[in-house]
Amino acid sequence: MDRRKIILLCGLALLLLAASLLWMFQGVGGGNREFILRLRAGKLAALVTVAASIGVATVLFQTVAANRVLTPSIMGFDALYVLLQTAMVASMGTAGMAGFSSILKFLTEVGVMSILAALLFGTLLGRRGRDIPRTILTGVILGVMFRSMSGFLTRIMDPNEFAVVQSASFASFNHVDATLLPIGALLTIAAMVIAIWLAPRLDVMALGREPAVSLGLRFDAMVVGTLMLVAILVSVSTALVGPVTFFGLIVAGLAHGLAQSTRHAALLPAAALIASVLLVGGQWVFERALGQAATLSVVIEFAGGIFFLYLLLKGRIR
Amino acid sequence: MRLLLAAAGGALLLLMVASLLTGVARVDLLSAWRDPYAMLVLMESRLPRTLAVLLTGAALSVAGVVIQSLVRNRFVGPDTSGTAEGAALGLLAITILMPDSPIWLRMIAASVSAMTTTALFLAMIRRLPVREVMLVPIAGLVLSGVLGSVVIFVGWQTDLMQYVGTWLMTGEFSGVIAGRYELLWIAGGAAILAWFAADRLAILGLGDQVATGLGLSTATVMRLGLTVVAVVTAMVVTTVGMIPFVGLVVPNLVARVMGDNLRASLPVVAFSGALLLLACDLIARLAVYPFELPVGLILGMLGGGIFLWLLHHRPAHG
Repeated sequence: MDRRKIILLCGLALLLLAASLLWMFQGVGGGNREFILRLRAGKLAALVTVAASIGVATVLFQTVAANRVLTPSIMGFDALYVLLQTAMVASMGTAGMAGFSSILKFLTEVGVMSILAALLFGTLLGRRGRDIPRTILTGVILGVMFRSMSGFLTRIMDPNEFAVVQSASFASFNHVDATLLPIGALLTIAAMVIAIWLAPRLDVMALGREPAVSLGLRFDAMVVGTLMLVAILVSVSTALVGPVTFFGLIVAGLAHGLAQSTRHAALLPAAALIASVLLVGGQWVFERALGQAATLSVVIEFAGGIFFLYLLLKGRIR
Repeated sequence: MRLLLAAAGGALLLLMVASLLTGVARVDLLSAWRDPYAMLVLMESRLPRTLAVLLTGAALSVAGVVIQSLVRNRFVGPDTSGTAEGAALGLLAITILMPDSPIWLRMIAASVSAMTTTALFLAMIRRLPVREVMLVPIAGLVLSGVLGSVVIFVGWQTDLMQYVGTWLMTGEFSGVIAGRYELLWIAGGAAILAWFAADRLAILGLGDQVATGLGLSTATVMRLGLTVVAVVTAMVVTTVGMIPFVGLVVPNLVARVMGDNLRASLPVVAFSGALLLLACDLIARLAVYPFELPVGLILGMLGGGIFLWLLHHRPAHG
């Protein structure tokens, strides 16, 4: 890594530090300091975890798909996770869930999710690798179908069970599931460490199938492994805040633009840092400055959608 | 062919009778005219519902044909071109600006706004490369998402989320009784208007240059087509909520059998749309009898499956 990238990463880290300090200490009054700080710290950790997992997942996914405009959620990853979660609750019932700790349940979901995602999207991306628009459309429609299926399940399930899955179907940065935060953060860190460790191989994979194979990379195994990492990261972010479609697109676009590099050793941390700065800063602006805590996710979707249309009209999606 | 038509007609009749008989209250069709209670159930609830389903299915499928010839792309429908979100936006605007406006004014607002957003979609895809067939539906889906997020944002800010939910979430017919569905006749009327312009729409589908060469005023036909799509969608969205995939798959399935002679195929399209929607509505009513599912969920699964099949088992043209 050259000096410019190190400076960039340090700059981003400082920015994140500044945003976090602002988040933690802005307007802390005299009374009940400890309580406020603990509340804010928990939320900060959740925001950073979610941001980092979305950013890294998107960059990884774009490398597998060899395309700069795809994100896991455009392709229906998070819809698959919500469906899986709903199906588990529906098949076991609340009684079954009660004997099952939420962490164990989450880990099972993540495990099943990574296998399913590797199977489904591995075949999709492998078979239709050349025809990107058709692949995107297939993924989008799969997402719609998954959403309808989970809708179907929630309608026929018992209201008590419904309450369990309801929180997973809407994006909200305000109500983060606190019991899953430690295990989610742990999984995110583990996935990121693995991704950084794999960075040289990811660089080779980004060259395309033939060059990568001739350089000695086990391409297919690498595709499956990367998709599994993406699935883990998407499961974490979806479980914590719900589906977020276009945020990753903005983050990955910024990461590529700022890092000016195809090296994953620089791209991955840059994406994680940019995403965290955006989310922490954005949440601060909306919650404290504008007093409209509910709207950050809507605004992100709006801006991300416009950005996607811009890329489309600019002819970047081929 | 004639045999097929007879079979389809028989199937529709059968489904209509089934639809009249399905429900919690037991109705004996043969002796209903002697029983005032049964008559009330039939005339106030069952018959309006059956008619509403037939009208919606037929009109949405015809609107699908129209938008597909306007856009010259087989993979779009009135639900994936920003039209429904446009209608919701118009309704939202008039509800906020003039809370006690009469119903006809609301309908006009919804139609005009739906027309505007559909025109925006048309203007947008003109800038896409002609050969990239699959980019058009993607652009439509993302535009719908962006407009949808605007609707949700405004709905949140003005506490109108309940309205927004009934328009944009999965459509259903459970609320239809006499006096609550008559707007759908306007949608049916707009679909008939499209039949009178069928030849012109078919020529428009051949492309601007061919159409102008054949002496067609493309701008006039464009405006007419836009009006049909916008009016149909606006009426459906306001009465029962958006029904996905009908306007997308039915025209495709019919065109596979009958080709693109719209004057001959439009009645068949309308008929098939009505048949499909009625069948799905019956499934939705019987799946968890005596409760109901929204028919939009059934179509989200079934229609999505058909669409994926169309997408992958068809040479990409048109």
